[in-house]
Amino acid sequence: MHEMSLAEGILQLVEETARREQAQRVKTVVLEIGQLSSVEASALEFCFAAVAAGGVARAARLVIVDVPGAGECLVCGLAVPMESLFGICPGCGSHRLRPTAGTEMRVREIEIE
Amino acid sequence: MCTVCGCGEGEARIAGAVHVHPDGTVHSHSHEHAHEHDHHHHEDGVSGDLDFGAGPARAHAPGISQSRMVQIEQDILAKNNGYAAENRQYFDERSIFALNLVSGPGAGKTALLVKTIELLKDKVAISVVEGDQQTSNDAERIRATGVPALQINTGKGCHLDGHMVGHALERLQPPDESLFLIENVGNLVCPAAFDLGEHHKVAILSVTEGEDKPLKYPDMFRAADVMLLNKCDLLPYLDFDADLAEANARRVNHDLTILRVSASSGEGLSGWVSWIESGLEAQRGKRSTTVDALKARIAELERQLTAK
Repeated sequence: MHEMSLAEGILQLVEETARREQAQRVKTVVLEIGQLSSVEASALEFCFAAVAAGGVARAARLVIVDVPGAGECLVCGLAVPMESLFGICPGCGSHRLRPTAGTEMRVREIEIE
Repeated sequence: MCTVCGCGEGEARIAGAVHVHPDGTVHSHSHEHAHEHDHHHHEDGVSGDLDFGAGPARAHAPGISQSRMVQIEQDILAKNNGYAAENRQYFDERSIFALNLVSGPGAGKTALLVKTIELLKDKVAISVVEGDQQTSNDAERIRATGVPALQINTGKGCHLDGHMVGHALERLQPPDESLFLIENVGNLVCPAAFDLGEHHKVAILSVTEGEDKPLKYPDMFRAADVMLLNKCDLLPYLDFDADLAEANARRVNHDLTILRVSASSGEGLSGWVSWIESGLEAQRGKRSTTVDALKARIAELERQLTAK
């Protein structure tokens, strides 16, 4: 359940920004969560609602932008889509794949008023 | 549980800047934060009413929304990573070699630590941080070996974070050129995401678990640089395919260094100890390089001053 910690981390970034911008309320929080990151989106939504209760972001809608996983083969150099942290290169059959995208967990932007 | 120090809010408040008791036990409980970091005190007086006249223009034209987008573009773990970077700098400035031991519960982390300490304590100063949800049993086991150990109880928290380890450093004050060992909470999922400032994560898998654990919990085996396959003395009695376990771990992380060990029989521990010793050596080398570079810079500046 480290999603609770992550939700707290998101809330800190959101509330700091909202305070700086003198926002009355946060309407939307846009996150980028990579397919290869260690986050379960539904657990994160649940935890965010719990930690945001009573604050400026209590009614915020969480928009999670999925970032697809991608990688490259360290043997033949082929760019390959990755759905999990390990896989097989369709070009040469090697297991030596390095993720190049999809590991991010970022707060992209918030909508405030 | 915040990424900063395991604190939560309201019902979820695990709170806790880390508190240190006279017996060395550190734990968290509800309190107001006295130390410096941001918390979520909702003092903005935000009302729940919808007020369309509350925008910057103090007016509302139909169809024109008062809301606006603000870019943040920050890593969710940015705060934790900041604390971890401070810890890493602390270690590097003092040539301390720091390891973060991670595994599921019962893989033998503490037994392995005790054996490692016994083999190394006459050669290098060692300090230990023990992370568990409850009890100070593990720190007591470590202290019995004669090295200082600090217990961090995370309460409901499922992992240690950079801020907790920063507090532990203040308390333990590890000496220069020493070994700093962190035993994380027994959990193969959450600790993978949280950098503590260590130089390497060391994942421990025991042969009483399944060979496919690296495939089931790839985040952790991906984050680790070393995997210790523990309890290898039991292999003759089990239906465990050690080669398959290693192959699975390498599918997730090709560059993983894998060592087969047994904390109870001592098998394979010499390889593990020499791996640690080379890490300590590299840390000392790093500092002497920095010191040499500074000396060279001072000499150059002095030369320039004399020339003027």
